[in-house]
Amino acid sequence: MKVLVPIKRVIDANVKVRVKADESGVELTNVKMAMNPFCEIAVEEAVRLKEAGTASEVIVVSAGIAQSQETLRTGLAMGADRAILIQTDVPLEPLAVAKLLKAVADKEEPGLLLLGKQAIDGDNNQTAQMISALLGWSQATFASKVAIDGDKLNVTREVDGGLENINLNMPAVVSVDLRLNEPRYASLPNIMKAKKKPLESLTPEDLGVDVTPRVETVKVCEPPARKAGVKVASVAELVDKLKNEAKVI
Amino acid sequence: MPDGIYFTAEHELLRDQIRRFIAEEVLPFADAWENDGMVPRATLRKMGAIGLFGVRYPEAYGGSDMDTRATVVLAEELGRSTYSGFAITALVHTDMASIHIFNAGSDKQRKRYMPGIISGDLITAVAVTEPDAGSDVKSIRTTARFEENNFVLNGAKMFITNGVHADLYCVAAKTLSQEEGSNNVTMFLIEKGAPGFTVSRALDKHGWRCSDTAELVFEDCVVPADSVLGEVGQGFYAIMRNFQNERIVLGAMAMGEAQAALDLTLDYVRTRKAFGAPLWEKQAIRQRLAMLSAKVEAGRQLVYATSVRDAAGEEVVKEVSMVKAYCGELVNEVMYDCLQFHGGMGYMRECPIERMTRDARIQAIGGGATEVMLEEVAKRI
Ligand SMILES: Cc1cc2nc3c(=O)[nH]c(=O)nc-3n(C[C@H](O)[C@H](O)[C@H](O)COP(=O)(O)OP(=O)(O)OC[C@H]3O[C@@H](n4cnc5c(N)ncnc54)[C@H](O)[C@@H]3O)c2cc1C
Ligand SMILES: Cc1cc2nc3c(=O)[nH]c(=O)nc-3n(C[C@H](O)[C@H](O)[C@H](O)COP(=O)(O)OP(=O)(O)OC[C@H]3O[C@@H](n4cnc5c(N)ncnc54)[C@H](O)[C@@H]3O)c2cc1C
Repeated sequence: MKVLVPIKRVIDANVKVRVKADESGVELTNVKMAMNPFCEIAVEEAVRLKEAGTASEVIVVSAGIAQSQETLRTGLAMGADRAILIQTDVPLEPLAVAKLLKAVADKEEPGLLLLGKQAIDGDNNQTAQMISALLGWSQATFASKVAIDGDKLNVTREVDGGLENINLNMPAVVSVDLRLNEPRYASLPNIMKAKKKPLESLTPEDLGVDVTPRVETVKVCEPPARKAGVKVASVAELVDKLKNEAKVI
Repeated sequence: MPDGIYFTAEHELLRDQIRRFIAEEVLPFADAWENDGMVPRATLRKMGAIGLFGVRYPEAYGGSDMDTRATVVLAEELGRSTYSGFAITALVHTDMASIHIFNAGSDKQRKRYMPGIISGDLITAVAVTEPDAGSDVKSIRTTARFEENNFVLNGAKMFITNGVHADLYCVAAKTLSQEEGSNNVTMFLIEKGAPGFTVSRALDKHGWRCSDTAELVFEDCVVPADSVLGEVGQGFYAIMRNFQNERIVLGAMAMGEAQAALDLTLDYVRTRKAFGAPLWEKQAIRQRLAMLSAKVEAGRQLVYATSVRDAAGEEVVKEVSMVKAYCGELVNEVMYDCLQFHGGMGYMRECPIERMTRDARIQAIGGGATEVMLEEVAKRI
């Protein structure tokens, strides 16, 4: 069984994100980029499935600018077998990404699509659900445990009320949550070996997908600075303030 | 950030892995190591497992076959950890001690020891300095007498990093005691536990507290003739050659230390308020930090450029000596000011700058003291 793992290049989680002076977006010049942390978890899970003998091949795929190659190399250094870059300079929206990934899935015919539940840049949390709809495959979102049993998939999901266990038929789409696993280090020998693994380069046109944005960004600005809190002496005072000052109840 | 002039995507990925390792496996524990006077072997094995001990060694032994640039990335990032005692524990092993075994060792010696060295199961030390001979390597007094297919060593070694906890020691001794000079120094590979070899004491240091440093004694220590590393009488030249790598490593490490100190201090002066505004608002402070940043950038660029030239096989003894002299002094200048700008807090043990200042002092002494390095530069300008 092939496992397809879509991964995204985002601003490194340790970087303090700043808005560009012209408010057209966030500052990306000279900013350290990295693989989206949820994508790392998806790659780790896929590599573990391969090590367990359940998966036969792990393919990482990324859509975006040429530098997304670096992110794919990280995936290869973690243990993926090959990589596909869908190169475009157009800013991609979740639906466009889902269409691109559907096209790749049609070609590669994986048994499982494993991906992060969201990317820490836009925090959209949409791509997995959209691919599942486009492909007509079963989906399990926010997975904290994934077990394969023949052509069935047992997934534990993190939901508001606790944990939910579901069984799916394969092929399936699974989006992974933070507690699924702890991604490994890319060891130096594996970083060097990754250089020799195949990386195929495609364009949206090759896949016959129109990625023209449908949403126009008018302006990006900092959230308002948080004001200092106040201490209240009693519950009654709190209720009074919520009612009469904040006017929320 | 990819620095295309010197580094490739692989180097950047290596940098990322080291930073993550330090955040997860070093910073939460290193204060305890400072008290214990050592880095746990389990941590060193973890470094081995992700390939940090085999940067320059062939794939056949488990290494990654990279060049001086990757070594510079390793040393710089370990230096940035702010725990230089931890950094030197690893770097003596990878770049100052085990390179004697790799560069001069026989096939048999390499096959036997290199895999363990790379995995972190065997930790190495290099023992050249003696109580009466440091900068002046030729004046060492430890002797090795040839007797019935064995060598018998007598003498003492001083300030030996990893001296307490290493498994393998690369030891310099004089093989022809009647003749003075450089061509009678020989390197020996001696395992811990060899008869007549003892760690006489662990030394109590000003800085590098989590690095173990020892005095070693050889008293009629008998080792088989095949313990020689390389050829008899060639030890001095091996030491001088390996010093080149050691000095680039120390320079890179020093620039990592200096950058970490600047980063901490920039954070501090931007939040600490005095006279109605953050200290950063005082030109006296921000101009000094700006100049120090420029000097550290210059030092770092000298290290990077020298590593690229070294990797290309150029003879860079002058530049390497400059790196050691310049970076070893600069890191001390940076620490002095960074501690100063922390005010009274900088003098407290709980403040990282206090430790970093103590750790930095050795950078102007060990592996070629500044004065000795400047003589090497002077000979070549
Ligand atoms: C923490 C620590 C770890 C160490 N680890 C190791 C190790 O693992 N293995 C090892 O073999 N050694 C190790 N050393 C030894 C280190 O390399 C020496 O301390 C260093 O080479 C200086 O030698 P010395 O201490 O004998 O000083 P000396 O050589 O006595 O020098 C004293 C002073 O005189 C100056 N000086 C010397 N010669 C000249 C000259 N020709 N012109 C002008 N000035 C001169 C020096 O610059 C210095 O300021 C370590 C030292 C320390 C402190
Ligand atoms: C061991 C020790 C013992 C002490 N004992 C006592 C004691 O018994 N009683 C007591 O009251 N205090 C004591 N102190 C406090 C000591 O006097 C202060 O640490 C000192 O006055 C500096 O103040 P600070 O630490 O708040 O540094 P800060 O005032 O925060 O200064 C930090 C840095 O900013 C610089 N700076 C500050 N203002 C300016 C400016 N306007 N322009 C340019 N640079 C500026 C400073 O020179 C310094 O480098 C002690 C401190 C120590 C470390």
